[in-house]
Amino acid sequence: MLETIAYSIFNGVLYGTLLFMMSSGLTLIFGMMGVLNFAHASFYMLGAYFAYTFGLGTGFWVALFLAPIAVGVMGALVERYGLRRVHQYGHVPELLFTFGLAYVIEELVALFWGTVPVAYKAPAALNTTAFTMFGLDYSWFKVFILLVAVAMFIGLWVLIKKTRAGLIIQGALSRPDMVGALGHNVPMVFTLVFAFGCALAGLGGVVGGIHFVTDPGMAFMMGPIVFVVVVLGGLGSVPGALVASLIIGILQTFFLSVNFSLADSIGALGIEDSGFFGVLWHMEATRIAPVLPFLLLVLTLIFRPRGLFGKREA
Amino acid sequence: MATNTAAGGTNLLKLWPWVVVPLVAIVLPFIFDSGHAINLLSHMGVAIIFALSYNMLLGNTGLLSFGHAVYYGLGAFVAMHLLRSINDAGGEGLPLELLPVVGAGAGLFFGIIFGTFSVRRAGVVFAMITLGLGALVHSSSLMFTDFFGGEAGLFGYRDEAPSLFGVDYAPSRNVYFLVVAWTFIAAILIYLLRKTPLGWMANAVRDNPERAQFVGYNPTIVRFIQFALSAMFAGLAGGLFVITDEIVNDEAVNALTSGAVLLGTYIGGIGYFIGPIVGGTLVTFLESSLSTYTEAWVLYFGLMFIAIVMFAPMGLVGIVHTQYLSWKAGGWKGNTGARLYILLTGLVGIFGLICVIELAYHYFRSWDPSAPFALMGVTVDATNALPWLVSFGIAIIGFGLMLFHGNPMLKRKLDAKSDGGKA
Repeated sequence: MLETIAYSIFNGVLYGTLLFMMSSGLTLIFGMMGVLNFAHASFYMLGAYFAYTFGLGTGFWVALFLAPIAVGVMGALVERYGLRRVHQYGHVPELLFTFGLAYVIEELVALFWGTVPVAYKAPAALNTTAFTMFGLDYSWFKVFILLVAVAMFIGLWVLIKKTRAGLIIQGALSRPDMVGALGHNVPMVFTLVFAFGCALAGLGGVVGGIHFVTDPGMAFMMGPIVFVVVVLGGLGSVPGALVASLIIGILQTFFLSVNFSLADSIGALGIEDSGFFGVLWHMEATRIAPVLPFLLLVLTLIFRPRGLFGKREA
Repeated sequence: MATNTAAGGTNLLKLWPWVVVPLVAIVLPFIFDSGHAINLLSHMGVAIIFALSYNMLLGNTGLLSFGHAVYYGLGAFVAMHLLRSINDAGGEGLPLELLPVVGAGAGLFFGIIFGTFSVRRAGVVFAMITLGLGALVHSSSLMFTDFFGGEAGLFGYRDEAPSLFGVDYAPSRNVYFLVVAWTFIAAILIYLLRKTPLGWMANAVRDNPERAQFVGYNPTIVRFIQFALSAMFAGLAGGLFVITDEIVNDEAVNALTSGAVLLGTYIGGIGYFIGPIVGGTLVTFLESSLSTYTEAWVLYFGLMFIAIVMFAPMGLVGIVHTQYLSWKAGGWKGNTGARLYILLTGLVGIFGLICVIELAYHYFRSWDPSAPFALMGVTVDATNALPWLVSFGIAIIGFGLMLFHGNPMLKRKLDAKSDGGKA
């Protein structure tokens, strides 16, 4: 049991940090602009593909920096020439725009890189074993993921709380008109925030693409879970996104790693394995795992729409 | 056809679409009489009901749902279970014609359950809850394999069920007529619902929930009723789908189905009653026909959707309607040439863009990119620079003329006209 708990905590934290990398940009963009970017996971996917392609020429370490920048530039273009135009119609068309964008990006990725996964792998230096726990080897790459996530969180926190740019961002978040009156170019700030958020997703993709699989389905796969993280943590809250990522990561890994069902632990109690409750009673935990994040999402929205750390309702 | 802001005048002449469209629908399978075409037509009918039900939410009540397939799919699954039990009973039980009613009942049931907590807020919260519910139901479809049939899905036989009128539903043309009948009934009901006080209050809640509340209506209740009724019609479409396809699997409740109905409805035009009809028909047609011509159909679809969201938020029907109104009001006088010029250059630009996309798909996707490839009737070599240059050239010239020559020209003429009016 101890082994299972340690295993699911470590792997859960690992998965959680990856989720955080994907969702921090989304929560930032929403907090700032009120735009729920449906295409956020698509930018995550672009990060992975760009890193793969750049990596072929420059090696992983250069691509680690180039890919997020490229994704950020794409984000800026999308905001400047797409979202800003749609903004005048309100928030729902913005949501629809990013929804359509997610389709287009997925198709373009499938067009340029093919529908089968690409061979995007960690550099050899990170593939060596860092430590062994309960007979399982953990490579330096997993340590690297943790380090990137920690650096990202600290960087974001310092940027928002301690710098002048962060002050303007926070100001533009609550009173865009006032910040504009003080002489700041608010639309420009919006573009930069959107680009920055996309770049963060891109960085998540550079790392996540190696950890998971880099194929055109990855955005569709991760998109809804990223939303869960952002809503659970509280829209606009970066620490909330971190906590929510870890909760979902650990919870999902735990359910995937234990062999558990109510019937196993409490006893069948004469309940047949049929009918709605019977099936639930005999359901193995591993089959519940994929449903958990969405159950959390719906419950959060019903009972606490502002999430764990959010300051305002979605 | 009337927009949702026009008052419902009871001019009998205005009812002509209600006669002409069903007549055309009945004649169609005799013109396109291949099995594939008739199946396609049946799917269009199902898609029209589904899109109309979706627009009860998005267009009429202002609720953006990312999980409408839940009600369509659950309606389909319940109807399928009933069909199977009829099959098992040796063809005794509910007549096949009434199977969609069962789907509608299931849709209504789940709409009431999920609606109680979904509709408290509109906007982004509602969108997120529907997204979550959609993902929740789709993930549970892999948990409850008895009900959802697992990955293989469930199937039943429509010809092993009794018929109310003694019709043999083995031929797909007979099924098509049943689809037409149900589509007609659903369309009339949804149209009439728009004309009830509930329909008007839904519009009020969409436009200004606070004022609606001030007048004495509870926006949550109005949204809830609209939501439950919309789920009911979605379930009806699902029940009909069971009859046309005789198989239903987890695809019926997944996010792609929810996304397709959103795309179709919006492309058609959410502000018009016929918008979803046009959208649903178009989406089904493109999905089935375009996908046999080109691999790029999802891309065209996405690009079309983005273009509509950005440039024509009222959809295809909206474009036609505004142009028609402007023409009727004499707004085209003296600038018809400029308008046609913009249309023509835009079409040229789109033609060029299609050539580019087709070339790209051939170049990147084909096993042998240098193999001769028929592009718009011309056989070209995609590894050669010439077709690329020509395609890009056509696209750039077309869009360039439209944006930097046609648009300013129309604007100048309109300005001159309004100045002339004042002087």
